[in-house]
Amino acid sequence: MTALILHRIHFGFTITFHYLFPQLTMGLALLIVVLKTIALRRNDERYNQAARFWMRIFAVNFLLGVVTGIPMEFQFGTNWSQFARTTGGVIGQPLAMEGVFSFFLESAFLGLFLFGEKRISPRMHWLSAFLVFVGSWISGFFIIVTNAWMQHPVAYRVLPNGVYEVTSFWGLLTNPWALIQYAHNMSGAVITGSFVMCAVGAFYVLENRFSESGKIFLRVGVIAGVISCITQIFPTGDIHGRYMAKHQPASVAAMEGLFHTQRGAGIVLIGQPDVERQKIDNPLVVNDVLSFLIYGTTKAEVMGLDQVPRDQWPEPLPLLYYAYHIMAGLGTYFVLLMVVAAFLLWRGKLFDTRWVLWPLMLSFPLPYIANTAGWMTAEIGRQPWIVYGLIRTSDGYSKYVSSGNGLFTLLGFMGMYTLLSILFVVLVYRIIERGPEIAASAQVAEPVTVA
Amino acid sequence: MGFIWFWIVAVMIVAYVVFDGFDIGVGILHPFVARTDEEKQLVIRTIGPVWDGNEVWLLAGGGTLYFAFPLLYASAFSGFYLALMIVLWLLIMRALGVELRMHIHAHVWHAFFDGLFFISSALLAVFYGAALANVIRGVPLGSDGYFFLPLWTNWRLGPEPGILDWYTVIGGVLALTALALHGALYLIVKTENDLQFRARVAAKRLSLAVLVLTAVSLPATLAARPDGLDNYRSYPVLFIVPIVILAALAGVIYFSRTHDDSKAFGCSCVYLTMMLVGAAVALYPRLLPSSNDSANDITVQKALSGPHTLHVGLIWWGFGMCLAVMYFVIVYRMFKGKVSLEGGGYGH
Repeated sequence: MTALILHRIHFGFTITFHYLFPQLTMGLALLIVVLKTIALRRNDERYNQAARFWMRIFAVNFLLGVVTGIPMEFQFGTNWSQFARTTGGVIGQPLAMEGVFSFFLESAFLGLFLFGEKRISPRMHWLSAFLVFVGSWISGFFIIVTNAWMQHPVAYRVLPNGVYEVTSFWGLLTNPWALIQYAHNMSGAVITGSFVMCAVGAFYVLENRFSESGKIFLRVGVIAGVISCITQIFPTGDIHGRYMAKHQPASVAAMEGLFHTQRGAGIVLIGQPDVERQKIDNPLVVNDVLSFLIYGTTKAEVMGLDQVPRDQWPEPLPLLYYAYHIMAGLGTYFVLLMVVAAFLLWRGKLFDTRWVLWPLMLSFPLPYIANTAGWMTAEIGRQPWIVYGLIRTSDGYSKYVSSGNGLFTLLGFMGMYTLLSILFVVLVYRIIERGPEIAASAQVAEPVTVA
Repeated sequence: MGFIWFWIVAVMIVAYVVFDGFDIGVGILHPFVARTDEEKQLVIRTIGPVWDGNEVWLLAGGGTLYFAFPLLYASAFSGFYLALMIVLWLLIMRALGVELRMHIHAHVWHAFFDGLFFISSALLAVFYGAALANVIRGVPLGSDGYFFLPLWTNWRLGPEPGILDWYTVIGGVLALTALALHGALYLIVKTENDLQFRARVAAKRLSLAVLVLTAVSLPATLAARPDGLDNYRSYPVLFIVPIVILAALAGVIYFSRTHDDSKAFGCSCVYLTMMLVGAAVALYPRLLPSSNDSANDITVQKALSGPHTLHVGLIWWGFGMCLAVMYFVIVYRMFKGKVSLEGGGYGH
């Protein structure tokens, strides 16, 4: 295994595992604010109880997000030192701002939010929930700004010694790519939050335990779910795709498996890319749709991989193709499921319709897969560049960290993260098993100390 | 600009060491001062609502270092690769130790996470001390600004040093005792009765150990870095730094005896701050000296980011720090006083 591949897997593995947690943190933070708002406005204790239940899951999830997040900031230096050295003047900035503007805020108000409910007024407690939500969403924004600059570098110049620096701070923060990607990504996080909330709700209703709380979870989860699933595709996914087709045409061609430039290009729904022979095996194609999606007309010409020099094809291409198709396929399924569920909710039949409750209960892993696949599409799509069009990935990694040392720490992370996964599942299952209807006094008996 | 950013990064590192230092110290002392399960829980309570915020200084400081001195960040983080990865794993373990202990009420579960908390805290202190000693001693930088150090080689200074050698181990042991002392003084402030009594005994013993090790570290540093006093000789007024260090230690010992607990803790903060300032003064304008050829030293000038980056950074950094200080004031005010087991995670 070459050092380059190893460092790519190292970052890819740790970031993939890390992002399982923040996506729920960000989605759930919003939904908890919704629950707390309803509780406050209607003066309805059931919604407060629901919020308290999700705060317990939020606490464990947040902890895992924190501990797996710290290695990410350091890996730019440890595993990608040449990249860090040349671009630190640009992307170090949003990373530092994440710490200064988001982490301090979150760490200060999380403790108040999780354990201060009885010591402060309901309004103050709502405010602490809101600030935790703001903190987590600011954090997401700075990470997206960092990534967007790697996808679509703007507002920079190269100094005589070869390092990059920002020429316009606002230009960096308002990178169009960042704004589009942020909307798409946050909508994805809300999808994860809604599906998780729906799954627990459906479980309680199907089990006929805590079904009053379960119905609240389903109501909030389905409404948030149907909105976020639709915005995920239109407008955010749609705009993102068009913008990408304009600025990263090679990535789009590879995602779609379009080896040859075509007028009236069709969209491949299913099929296996054969990179050696440059064709799709067993294809299921809908004619003209790709041209229409990108250019709004079925006759437009879409650039294929044949117009891209071979050494600029994204690598590994089949993984990119599958990641994109998994994301898009699951996204379509999410809309179908949530629209049906929302319709039944509106007609007042959802809680008795078992054939919808079952998929709602079982589908919660799918948004995690879709979000991961979406990020793989973005990150593999950017290859072979670490900064699109400017710096190759093969020029970014730490040359002096041997593959033996890299493998050692990769295995270390894999082992440790396996244990973390087991701990997480056990602890969250216990919270779900115990249920939301714990008396306020019993809750005090479990003084966790997250701050 | 370079001078300003050097000290901005230094301030953030100092803030990290002073704040998270007592969390680490509490972790080191945890098995020694707490006997019963309630006491163990109480000791963790003393840092419960604050440790996470304290650790943010590491992230914010790391990010600031990254954009202000990208070359230093790239070179040091890849060169100390294994040590840094181990630090990351220890940070993960410590967080789990603090946070997951109370999730399941079983002796085995409690004991496991207590052990995790102690081991990770103690090793973190050793690694931080060794890291600082590595920066003072210097590393075998190449002309391209990079190096790679194994964890250890022959435990000697010289052309092929490891991250651990006799000098950096002294640094690690000094950090272990100094942070343990810092934690003990914090515990005295935050606890009562038996716990407080045991913390007092620990502080008394540790303060003497810190005094001895500080005295040892000075000649050891001159052996590892013979030009370490050059800046002091050029500006003799800087000798105030070692004087303040000794005064702060004397203050710790004196105020511990008179039971002026917050003053003793304050002196410990001054001691840690001035130890770091002393090292920074000795190094400036070097950020990471080379152990074989001073032409390869990474200096402020060489590593500094572009002017616009730094100019803009100064504005938002100032604004962000005001916010951070405000959050810290809010949290520490809510958490003031002795901790107890009643009520939520906050003290009373």
